[in-house]
Amino acid sequence: MGKISGFLEISRELPPRRPVAERLKDWQELEGKLSDEKLQSQGARCMDCGIPFCHKGCPLGNIIPDWNDLIYRGRWKEAIDRLHSTNNFPEFTGRVCPAPCEEACVLNINNDAVTIKQIEKQIIDHAFKEGWIVPVPPSTRTGKKIAVVGSGPAGLAAAAQLNRAGHTVEVFERADRIGGLLRYGIPDFKLEKSTVERRVEQMRQEGVVFHVNANVGAGVPVADLRAQFDAIVLCGGATQARDLPIPGRELNGIHFAMDFLPQQNKKVAGDTVENQLVATGKNVIILGGGDTGSDCLGTSNRQGAKSIHQFELLPKPAESRGAAGIAPWPNWPMILRSSSSHEEGVVRDWSLNTKRFTGDADGNVRQLHGVRLDWKKGDDGRMQMEETPGSEFTLDCELVLLAMGFLGPERKGMIDELGVDLDQRGNVVVGDDYQSSVPGVFACGDMRRGQSLVVWAIWEGREAARAVDAHLMGQTFLKASPDC
Amino acid sequence: MQPPRLHKHGLYDPTHEHDACGVGFVANIKGKATHTIIEQGLEVLENLTHRGACGCDADTGDGAGILVQIPDAFLRAACSDLSITLPPRGEYGIGTVFIPNNDTDRDRCVQLFEQVIREEGQVLLGWRQVPIDTGACGELARSVMPDIRQVLIGAGAGITDDAALERKLFVIRKRVEARAREAGLSDPDGFYVPSLSCRTIVYKGLLLPTQMQAFFSDLTDPTFTSALALVHQRFSTNTLPSWDRAHPYRLLAHNGEINTLRGNINWMHARQSMFASPLFGEDMSKLFPIIAPGGSDSSGFDNALELLVHTGRSLPHAVMMMIPEAWQKHEGMSPEKRAFYEYHACMMEPWDGPASIAFSDGTVIGAVLDRNGLRPSRYVVTKDGLVVMASEVGVLQIPPENVASKGRLQPGRMFLVDTAQGRIIDDTELKDGIASHTPYQQHLDANLVRLDDVPAPPAEAIAPYTSDGLLTRQQAFGYSIEDLRILMGPMAVNGQEAIGSMGTDTPLAVLSDKPQLLYGYFKQLFAQVTNPPIDPIREELVMSVKATIGAEQNLFEETAAHCRQLELEHPVIDNAEMAKIKALDDPGLRTVTLPMLFPAHDERVGLEEALATLCNDAQTAIENGATILVLSDRGMNAKQVAIPSLLATAAVHHHLIRAGTRTRCGLVVESGEAREVMHFCLLIGYGAGAINPYVAFETVTHMLAEGTITCDSPAEAIAHYVKATDKGILKVMTKMGISTVQSYRGAQIFEAIGLNRALIDAHFTGTPSRIQGIGLDALAREACVRHRDAFEVAPELDGELQVGGQYQWRRRGEFHMYNPNSIAKLQHAVRAGNYRMYKEYADLVNDESRHRATLRGLLRFRRSTAIPIDEVEPASAIVTRFKTGAMSFGSISREAHENLAIAMNRLGGKSNTGEGGEDPDRFVPLPNGDSRRSAIKQVASGRFGVTSHYLVNSDEIQIKMAQGAKPGEGGQLPGHKVDAYIAKIRYSTPGVGLISPPPHHDIYSIEDLAQLIHDLKNSNNQARVSVKLVAEVGVGTVAAGVSKAKADVVLISGHDGGTGASPLTSTKHAGAPWELGLAETQQVLVMNDLRSRIRVETDGQLKTGRDVAIAALLGAEEYGFASAALVASGCIMMRVCHLNTCPVGIATQDPVLRKKFSGKPEHVVHFMTFIAEELREIMAELGFRTIDEMVGRVDMLEMSDAIDHWKARGIDLSEILTVPTGWRDTALHCTGPQDHGLDKALDNQLIELCKPALEHRTPVEHTLPIRNVNRTACTMLSAEISRRHGLQGLPPETIKLHFSGSAGQSFGAFMAPGISVTIAGDANDYFGKGMSGGQIIVAPPPGATFVPEDNIIVGNVSLYGATGGEVFCRGQGGERFAVRNSGATAVVEGVGDHGCEYMTRGLIVVLGKTGRNFAAGMSGGVAYVFDEDRSFAPHCNMGMVSFDPLEDADVAMLKDLIHRHYEYTGSTVAWQMLSGWKEATQHFVKVMPVEYRKVLASAHLDTDDARVAAV
Repeated sequence: MGKISGFLEISRELPPRRPVAERLKDWQELEGKLSDEKLQSQGARCMDCGIPFCHKGCPLGNIIPDWNDLIYRGRWKEAIDRLHSTNNFPEFTGRVCPAPCEEACVLNINNDAVTIKQIEKQIIDHAFKEGWIVPVPPSTRTGKKIAVVGSGPAGLAAAAQLNRAGHTVEVFERADRIGGLLRYGIPDFKLEKSTVERRVEQMRQEGVVFHVNANVGAGVPVADLRAQFDAIVLCGGATQARDLPIPGRELNGIHFAMDFLPQQNKKVAGDTVENQLVATGKNVIILGGGDTGSDCLGTSNRQGAKSIHQFELLPKPAESRGAAGIAPWPNWPMILRSSSSHEEGVVRDWSLNTKRFTGDADGNVRQLHGVRLDWKKGDDGRMQMEETPGSEFTLDCELVLLAMGFLGPERKGMIDELGVDLDQRGNVVVGDDYQSSVPGVFACGDMRRGQSLVVWAIWEGREAARAVDAHLMGQTFLKASPDC
Repeated sequence: MQPPRLHKHGLYDPTHEHDACGVGFVANIKGKATHTIIEQGLEVLENLTHRGACGCDADTGDGAGILVQIPDAFLRAACSDLSITLPPRGEYGIGTVFIPNNDTDRDRCVQLFEQVIREEGQVLLGWRQVPIDTGACGELARSVMPDIRQVLIGAGAGITDDAALERKLFVIRKRVEARAREAGLSDPDGFYVPSLSCRTIVYKGLLLPTQMQAFFSDLTDPTFTSALALVHQRFSTNTLPSWDRAHPYRLLAHNGEINTLRGNINWMHARQSMFASPLFGEDMSKLFPIIAPGGSDSSGFDNALELLVHTGRSLPHAVMMMIPEAWQKHEGMSPEKRAFYEYHACMMEPWDGPASIAFSDGTVIGAVLDRNGLRPSRYVVTKDGLVVMASEVGVLQIPPENVASKGRLQPGRMFLVDTAQGRIIDDTELKDGIASHTPYQQHLDANLVRLDDVPAPPAEAIAPYTSDGLLTRQQAFGYSIEDLRILMGPMAVNGQEAIGSMGTDTPLAVLSDKPQLLYGYFKQLFAQVTNPPIDPIREELVMSVKATIGAEQNLFEETAAHCRQLELEHPVIDNAEMAKIKALDDPGLRTVTLPMLFPAHDERVGLEEALATLCNDAQTAIENGATILVLSDRGMNAKQVAIPSLLATAAVHHHLIRAGTRTRCGLVVESGEAREVMHFCLLIGYGAGAINPYVAFETVTHMLAEGTITCDSPAEAIAHYVKATDKGILKVMTKMGISTVQSYRGAQIFEAIGLNRALIDAHFTGTPSRIQGIGLDALAREACVRHRDAFEVAPELDGELQVGGQYQWRRRGEFHMYNPNSIAKLQHAVRAGNYRMYKEYADLVNDESRHRATLRGLLRFRRSTAIPIDEVEPASAIVTRFKTGAMSFGSISREAHENLAIAMNRLGGKSNTGEGGEDPDRFVPLPNGDSRRSAIKQVASGRFGVTSHYLVNSDEIQIKMAQGAKPGEGGQLPGHKVDAYIAKIRYSTPGVGLISPPPHHDIYSIEDLAQLIHDLKNSNNQARVSVKLVAEVGVGTVAAGVSKAKADVVLISGHDGGTGASPLTSTKHAGAPWELGLAETQQVLVMNDLRSRIRVETDGQLKTGRDVAIAALLGAEEYGFASAALVASGCIMMRVCHLNTCPVGIATQDPVLRKKFSGKPEHVVHFMTFIAEELREIMAELGFRTIDEMVGRVDMLEMSDAIDHWKARGIDLSEILTVPTGWRDTALHCTGPQDHGLDKALDNQLIELCKPALEHRTPVEHTLPIRNVNRTACTMLSAEISRRHGLQGLPPETIKLHFSGSAGQSFGAFMAPGISVTIAGDANDYFGKGMSGGQIIVAPPPGATFVPEDNIIVGNVSLYGATGGEVFCRGQGGERFAVRNSGATAVVEGVGDHGCEYMTRGLIVVLGKTGRNFAAGMSGGVAYVFDEDRSFAPHCNMGMVSFDPLEDADVAMLKDLIHRHYEYTGSTVAWQMLSGWKEATQHFVKVMPVEYRKVLASAHLDTDDARVAAV
């Protein structure tokens, strides 16, 4: 289907982002949209492969060729139905997913991938605009009660699915707003929060009960949940940030990214934030080259940082797959990735190790002391690092943001109290049925698999919901998208 | 050691045996009995020897025999020696009897024979020991030779005439046969009654024609006389000795195959209870069973025919009933004859299949051809009153001046000599006479009701095409998104079936985790080798989907009530038609509707009870007068589950057969479940007369309303859908060579895979099912799962259909062996050249297959003593057994094709040209030493680019009988893929589409295959000849036939192979896994001691070393990889090969996409080497040092005991794992070459004579006699020319040869340029096959007085696939003259049916009449037909051609050709035209393909000079 020769006739095209100068002045999203006609012709590029590698590359198993074809033929309503059959929240993935589907797209072998992510986003935006996204409460209730702890993408997906299956679902969120990482991890310029709110509102109207400021294991006793609910689904994420235990770490002005980013989100939401940590007028250094680092970068630029450096321990990746075949198609390649935030001004550098920080008399950080690294393949085939002699350097800074990844769920509180088994990496161990070592307690999302993508979290939430439904009912009719 | 009999063992089942042969007769028209007739009959037989075969023992033939009039004088004398007094002629009968050769059985048989004679009130006159010379037959034949006696029976009281005696003898024989079967003989196969009659007698046995006289000395006695002799030489597909299977049978000898046999037997059985004949009275029931169990198709046909004759019909009348002409679309047929056929269609379905049947009752002798004329029959009538009819001309030497006429039997026509009347009765007189006996038309007018004429019922009685609740119904019947999008959409929009590419790699239904419809457990059977598939598009005139339903009457009467039936134009009917049928309530046409439902609460017992109730209700309804039963699942609801419609239909069908009431009603199925072509075919195949797929119609209507499809109206969408099903059903039928729905109904042309014996025996009686599997309970469970998903799941969870995933991979869908993981891992491994990565791939594939995809996945290796791996033969030796699959250049790009060739040449393996020819440039190595030459040259039905030069440049020549993705079908290369380069290599025109016919037009049966193998061996005696078959039940038997036909290699392909394009019905539902086909082949070859002379190869989704190891243990010594080799080259299973848009440059001719091809020879080299390495690891583990040691060691395999799959648990692979036993110690792999008998070829002499020309280009000229036994003349000579002088050959007329006599088959096959030949005489079939140059002139011999242009001079299928050369024939050609011609020029004075079919280039001038269907599928070249009386137009198939006016250039060229024709042949026709040339030019019709004309015009080639130059 699609247009048989579409890929030969039409080039890949994305909407332009808003100009840097303009977008730095506000907190709104910067990705534009294509006209419907253009989007349809982008859909026509899909080849409707016998083996759609995109469909495999997508953690959710989105049936991408089907909705590409539907878009090409202007059948938006069916497209959103097909998209919703695998993904509860395409408006989130359409904005923040790194799109492994596009890496796996067959056209990506020797051409440019189909603009899958853009099509996904416009399908759901169109559906909201047309008023097609309405509450669909379940026709019957099973009488079973389920507590979902955490309202990030995994928790929301699990709650939505379990509610559809007729269970009574209550979501417990320790923050003051629903959305978890979507709400307080991702800056508004990447995901405007009205997008989260409208989806939460739909779920609420479908019957999901949301509790905010409800910290299970602290304000909300674990025993109460155990007593009141037939099942508990833990979706608390992997919130324990990796620290940098080097001299000077205790100085003021050195913060975890997740101390920095949520404050700005609250500000944008209209809250008053006392003593907000800001980059305004400061020399900023971001340690860590991933998505969180990128978000710190975009936020710092918008706050008016004086200078921004972003350092990464690992060497600079290749610009593209090339012939090296390190991670050949259709695998996800470790290549240099630049986000929109990088367009907005930064000095990026790689193979750098931070040795220590020094500060002023008031205990404020003033300088970072680092060294350049040489990476070599060791005897065991693994890369090993060595400091480059004479490459020591010093760099002025007033704000250092640590964005070096996360080390699993926080143990204190809920996890400890429940007494669920954890694996070596500190994640909750579950069986094939997503049930933890404590009967009736399930876990999914980053809390189970460790730090990962939003798209994986949604998949986990859906799969866990199936498991919970089957556990409670003996069978489940929730749709599966088996990982393969 | 006792030789094995034809008994079921392992996968071998004798019901799949085939035979074919040479058949012939001689008769004195005036009925004068002489001994000369016997001698002539035997001479005919001897000259047909090459059409038969012999077994593993060269002196044991497959069978030969003769049927003659009772030689009264001879017998009288012989009996007087025995003191037996014979009554007068006509008052006694004689039977030839085979009696088991042991004392107890012998006495028992004689005793029971005598007892039956007594019981029937007749007089035993005595027994005569037939004198035989046991030394005259082969060793194997002797080992099972029966005691051969003749029983003499005198007429008892009450026998008034010889007809009454004949009937009584028939009763006696049937009773004796039945008694003998029940007698508990120790050798039940040893008892057989070849004939028992007061008119004729049969001598036959497991003999070669040359042994007949020596063995039966009776035949040499001068007093042994007859006025007629019917002879037969058999070619059987086995070597298991059987004396009784020799022909003739009691009334006939048969060449061909009855495809619909299973159905015919079932129907005959079903009719039995209504049989009544005053001629038999109470004796009727003594004749049961009518069809003797365990017989061949010919034997069954004979049984039915003798019944019809003995119950009162004349022999020709009965033959017309059983083999009707293609009357439905015959515009020129007389109304009486049409009425005759239409009336008889209400009574009996045709016995359909390729057949030349010669028959005789002792007074008349005749022959008939099937409706499509697929077997040859030539006859000569002499001036002194002799008729000689045989499969070939030249079987009896007749001086030219004695020949009155020479003719051939035409499709559907009958040729009859009535010795009582003393004359030949021609077809028209004969049939019109029979057809006017009874007022058939009046009967039809009064009683036969056409559905269209039934008044429309009130609108409220017609079920609307509603969308209400449609989703639920679709879900309950298991509809998927793919069903709608991929299958049904195209049917409704275009009236076409959906097309797909790259085969199928999903699990068998029984191994699938997804609930399957019952239909999915069946595989279509198809014709290969032993009978031809048909082209339902180009040969539409023989096809019909029209059929009648209703109650049949007593077969032996012909009353008005016999045609009180309902006639349907299509088997698939819409809701309005359904309503009409449901409303029928008249005498003789009364409908009752029965629900096919079972209660949802009770899976297993519920279904079983519901089926029993349904069957009983059906029985009751019939007893109460119903003549049409509608089985309906309309009542399905939350509480009632639909019984799988196929199960319900088959259950009722077989129940009623058993109850003897089946023919009293028609079955109509009203089911929401059926939607695909395969579903309709199965329902018809198990008895349904019509199907109303109401949910399919609702779906199509809904899709239109929703806008997912575009069509003018719902009515149009439904009409398209019905049209697509018609076409699809025709296609499936024609795969088996069946032409009419009427005979397809109930024919059960399917194999079940994964159904258990109890289920099959109860409801699908007679269907092969070899690995067991699920039963009723699993079917109930699958139905209930779907039902629950539809009715129980909350609507908000349930908004859409399941994804399917059958045709495209989907995560939620069906499992595929080629999936993102396996493809990525394989490509990464071969590109990196990394064996460790390959092992990851192999582990993945091997593990997956173990769990859930293939039969080999259910097998495991037995533990054995391992050996060090370095003792195992090296990978470099193993890879020489590897081949890449046949993929034509044309279907894949030049880059991809040459890449595979270079890789395989580097490895010492073999690549395959596919069917598209090969550029001669590739025969020359590249400067770096690489070679792009494909070692295997394929010869497929299209014969594209098959020249003498192509063939001499091969190491192996592969005859493609079938391909895994679409066995039994032809192919089409669309015009847009035929660029200039492809056109050059295929000898066609750029931009003009090319058609490959479904059959090889020179292989309609096994002896034809033997002939083609012989031809190809002559074309290159240094190459192996291989035959490619596709696995299906019975393939082993075919393979045995292939081995006897002298093939050097037989390839058994799995059903799952990839392809450029195939209807999805075929990809999914035709053929069987190679494990079954290979195991059966190995078993049958070993049992027949035929394994040692043939190599066995297998292919079909081989992916790993483990796959190869299993193939080796099951019996293959060579291995083919096609899809996997492409994946290694970069294929990512787009499955769009048919669209020309392959994004990786493989299956495309688009120059932009071809540039994207990134495969390298080393990728393929790595892949093959890795496979070999993995195989070596397994060999070491199993203790095998070489592949040869390993081949056929099936004892090293066992069924995995860890199968925990709920469906797979019932599978039993013991038949696959059966260790075959030969009748003597026999090899498990090939140990020696075939004896091709090339040393006996005439060409050895020709090559010697032509040495000066071959070596020094010195012209030579010689004159020689030729006979029909000199087959394939001039071919080895041509090979020498091509080998020494290349494509250009020698200059014209360097070699001049003059032959006189009747040339054997394939005269001038693959003739090379430089040879010029004349034949004074005539030629047989396949004249000028594959002619690549040179000139052949055929004219009657001097002295002949018959009118040449009125007589036939060359046989059927002349110039098949010719690419060049010139032919002039003074006389007529047979059927399919110049079929697939792509370059030869010919002048002929008349042709049979289907002339110039599929022609792509060349020029044909017909100076006389043509048969029907001229120019069907003709896409190129030009034909000129002289049409003086303007009768040609209706004979021309205008599908692709138009009639163009003659231009000056045409006239000039024609004049030149006709002038030369006159000069070469002395043709009076040519002379007359030339004498009145102006006038003559007015009568020529120029037949020009439309597309071809456009292309010529656009290429500016249409100039006079260019065209004349082209000639």
